[in-house]
Amino acid sequence: MAVKATVLIRPKEGILDPQGEAVENALPALGFSGVSHVHVGRLVELEIEDPSQLESMCEKLLANPLIEDYEVVTK
Amino acid sequence: MTRFGIPQFPGSCDETDTLLACARVGEAELLWHKDKDLKGVDVVVIPGGFSYGDYLRVGAIPPFSPVMQAVAEHAADGGLVLGICNGFQVLTEAGLLPGALLPNVNLSFTCRQVDLIVENTETPFTHECAPTERLSIPAKHTTGRYFAPTEMLNAMEAEGQVLLRYADGHNFNGSVNDIAGVCNEQRNVFGLMPHPEHAVDPLTGSDDGLKLFASLASAAPMALATGDAT
Repeated sequence: MAVKATVLIRPKEGILDPQGEAVENALPALGFSGVSHVHVGRLVELEIEDPSQLESMCEKLLANPLIEDYEVVTK
Repeated sequence: MTRFGIPQFPGSCDETDTLLACARVGEAELLWHKDKDLKGVDVVVIPGGFSYGDYLRVGAIPPFSPVMQAVAEHAADGGLVLGICNGFQVLTEAGLLPGALLPNVNLSFTCRQVDLIVENTETPFTHECAPTERLSIPAKHTTGRYFAPTEMLNAMEAEGQVLLRYADGHNFNGSVNDIAGVCNEQRNVFGLMPHPEHAVDPLTGSDDGLKLFASLASAAPMALATGDAT
């Protein structure tokens, strides 16, 4: 029975994220205020029979641990 | 004569210029991403482009191709490997070079001529250059901001692994320490974001890129003889 999993991948804290900055700077122009710490990452959805493989999958391919943090959510 | 092999992936786009640049200093042929061996070439040059569509993350998927498995073995045996632009990204993702490439600070694809300073000439890739020589070479990329964590970076600087730096005012992508190209600790694998293969004929404004290919051509027999690239 396959399990549904979502992998959230974010730029590592402390690494300049110009994409997040661009979004943050665009929001006030549309009238949204009080928004800070915007970061833009990636989301990978998958179905997997053996969820114990997820960690290794993230380390080897889905994320680059040198520049990205990841979070696995299963349900 | 030194034999160059250029692995072509679906989405590569600079393999022809790379082939022509290599052919000026040696024999050159294309390899295919599904090839399981390197057909006996002395030097591998991974070209620019968008291998496997840059899907997931630039350079993330090519390391698992058959040809890259062979390139990894070639590198482990002391064979010479050069990665240009996407080729550089592929080599970092394959773990053959330290660090990673992030989106340019300006978030834009940028195509411009850049000046580079040669930082270390004691390598198979740069020995035909003079120390601190200035090279004029085009760059064209979206994801070229070199990054390495501080500790890794300090070790690389101490070991002389930074071979090329952007000259003052030329670091448009925001690379840490103005780094344009780095090699591994063994100095037989080198990657850079600018494109020396587009600067091999004065007709296009500069032939400074030729020096890197000429360095490889004359260093390759030595690397082969000793099984060690230094």
